[in-house]
Amino acid sequence: MALLEVDDLSVTFARRGQRTVRAVDGVSFSVDAGEVVGLVGESGCGKSVTSMAIMGLLPRHPGTRIGGKAVFDGTDLLGLDDRARRDIRGRDVAMIFQDPLSSLNPVIPIGLQVTEVLARHRGMKGDAARKEAAGLLDRVGIPDPNRRLKEYPHQLSGGMRQRALIAMAVACRPRLLIADEPTTALDVTIQAQILELLKELVHDSGTALVMITHDLGVVAGMCDSINVLYAGRVVETARRRPLFREPRHPYTAGLLGSVPRLDSGRGEPLNPIPGSVRDVLSWSEGCAFAPRCSRRVDACLDETPPVVRTHDARSYRCVDPVPLPGAVPAQAGPADQPGASSPEPNEEKTRD
Amino acid sequence: MTDNDILVEVRDLKVHFPIKRGVLFDRTIGHVKAVDGVDLRIPRGKTYGLVGESGCGKSTLGRALLQLTPPTGGEVVFDDVELTTLPPARLRAMRRRMQMIFQDPMSSLDPRQNVESILTEGLQTHGIGDNRDERRAIIGEALDKVGLPRWALSRYPHEFSGGQRQRIGIARAVVLGPELIVADEPVSALDVSIQAQVVNLLDELQESLGLTYLVIAHDLAVVRHISDIVGVMYLGALVEEAPSDRLYTEPLHPYTRALMSAVPVPDPDVEDRRERILLAGDLPSPANPPTGCRFHTRCPWAQPTRCADERPVLRDIGGSRVACHWAERIASGELRPSHGGAGVTGASDGGAAAESVSIAAPTAKADSADG
Repeated sequence: MALLEVDDLSVTFARRGQRTVRAVDGVSFSVDAGEVVGLVGESGCGKSVTSMAIMGLLPRHPGTRIGGKAVFDGTDLLGLDDRARRDIRGRDVAMIFQDPLSSLNPVIPIGLQVTEVLARHRGMKGDAARKEAAGLLDRVGIPDPNRRLKEYPHQLSGGMRQRALIAMAVACRPRLLIADEPTTALDVTIQAQILELLKELVHDSGTALVMITHDLGVVAGMCDSINVLYAGRVVETARRRPLFREPRHPYTAGLLGSVPRLDSGRGEPLNPIPGSVRDVLSWSEGCAFAPRCSRRVDACLDETPPVVRTHDARSYRCVDPVPLPGAVPAQAGPADQPGASSPEPNEEKTRD
Repeated sequence: MTDNDILVEVRDLKVHFPIKRGVLFDRTIGHVKAVDGVDLRIPRGKTYGLVGESGCGKSTLGRALLQLTPPTGGEVVFDDVELTTLPPARLRAMRRRMQMIFQDPMSSLDPRQNVESILTEGLQTHGIGDNRDERRAIIGEALDKVGLPRWALSRYPHEFSGGQRQRIGIARAVVLGPELIVADEPVSALDVSIQAQVVNLLDELQESLGLTYLVIAHDLAVVRHISDIVGVMYLGALVEEAPSDRLYTEPLHPYTRALMSAVPVPDPDVEDRRERILLAGDLPSPANPPTGCRFHTRCPWAQPTRCADERPVLRDIGGSRVACHWAERIASGELRPSHGGAGVTGASDGGAAAESVSIAAPTAKADSADG
């Protein structure tokens, strides 16, 4: 039984006089304890809305409809009332946001913001809470924590704010941590520090981590299992190595082919995906990616492509997937390792 | 490279912004040395890539090169014409030959101007084309070059997607027939799949129009992809400059090494094998930069002598230019990073926060599940 089981999650936004938007359209994935799972996709693919829905952070509006289930350790998070949800949020499930400056309160010292979590969920007060908060800041690598506790968010650098946010998120040793683009606003050297920190936390405390990002490089270094989203649906799920080595869905392959790599040479033309994320088909009419897909066949436009599951915990939603290697045209390159063509039977961890 | 095919030469360029304080009378209490003595040369028809983290002065350098921000000192020579002392009217005429592409197409395109108006503005300013029909023909050509349809002319920026908007920005730059284009983060606001389209477009335009680029970006992979020469900036100065391939295969400056090791590569095998050089802390404030080598507060190779009190100059080492006292001995492996081993905490001085420095071994813990 997985720690978090998201099943057929859908979120629609209806506004009067505007087209109803299906931001998330039947997303399913699962996260095991201690596992790092990636949700990858471009802007508008629904990755952030998915996390907001799981956390119950979507603004209440009569036009916002959330369907499906998100079962965390036996309880459906979507069906909880506010009180029960507040008990779980911050204690068992915590979240780290992209922009630390807008998710910290600018007029409250860091210390108070950290101890707030401790007071709410662990009943800690006064000196004990302050001491614990200092310990947390120390743990996430903020030097001189006692001084920093008294400072305001604007006095901290971007990397340090993100560390403070992580300290707040891990204050109650949550079992599940959702990180929504945790390093996108940061410089690469700071990004490396934060990713290393997240890896350590996950490793030390056995916290499960859902990593939401658009950066395939971040995913390659962190995640055990990866879900690629397009237009509100998971189009491919695979373990880390098979996904990068043998992407089956044309969108995954296209993404990998369009990223310039540090270890490729000057002037090798990239293989961009034509069109833009605006050129989508509604999933009910066929495959949403079909208008941009180089492998499009007639069947793509007939009906929603079904999910195909293969033996190695992989699934994809495509009627004409990229063939397995030796012929992966979109991603042939120096990445191909000897032995890449052998399917890996030890890629177990099937979840059924 | 020979001297006569240098299109742009920057000599000892400085841009200092005063820090003012006071209610009635502004007092200058210091300077932010955004760019502090940069020399570089861009050969005609080539791409010079400028990388560095936010606040290192790379954008200011680009703007100062085009005289959009007046330099505090130094010279910019564009095709044998010194720009910093040029009278405004002549400078404006020169601007036709050097154009800029901005990061965020949404904020650099006027939402109330349609595409035709956006593209015509420059033509009118520079008196290109005698009448509307002639200008339309020129604009039409520019649209073809950047891969936008002709019907785009009557549309407004909000009607386009991000990638198309950036194409409008590029069309605005190429419509004047420039020789130099300064592109400040041309793709960083775009989605991954769109980035590649724009990168390819820039490459094609360079080939067909013989353009010279100065590409400013924080994404090292993008810069590596489109640049012939790459300069790495840190706190207002170049720390290393080398041909693109050389820089990436043999980074000499410790900062370049750290940058390279921090860039995630979308390949699990590379990610698992790599050694990360984690830098301590953040960029120090450019208002109060460290003495000596500006990188010494974060440098894992910092030595007790010279680094803290003598500012290294760029010097030639086998085809690269490097500003490090110890580059040769670091390259040969004679000097080891001082915080060797795993996760030893090293305090650093300077305005920046001290954080732990660790030279991480290739991480094995992340892939316990996948072979």
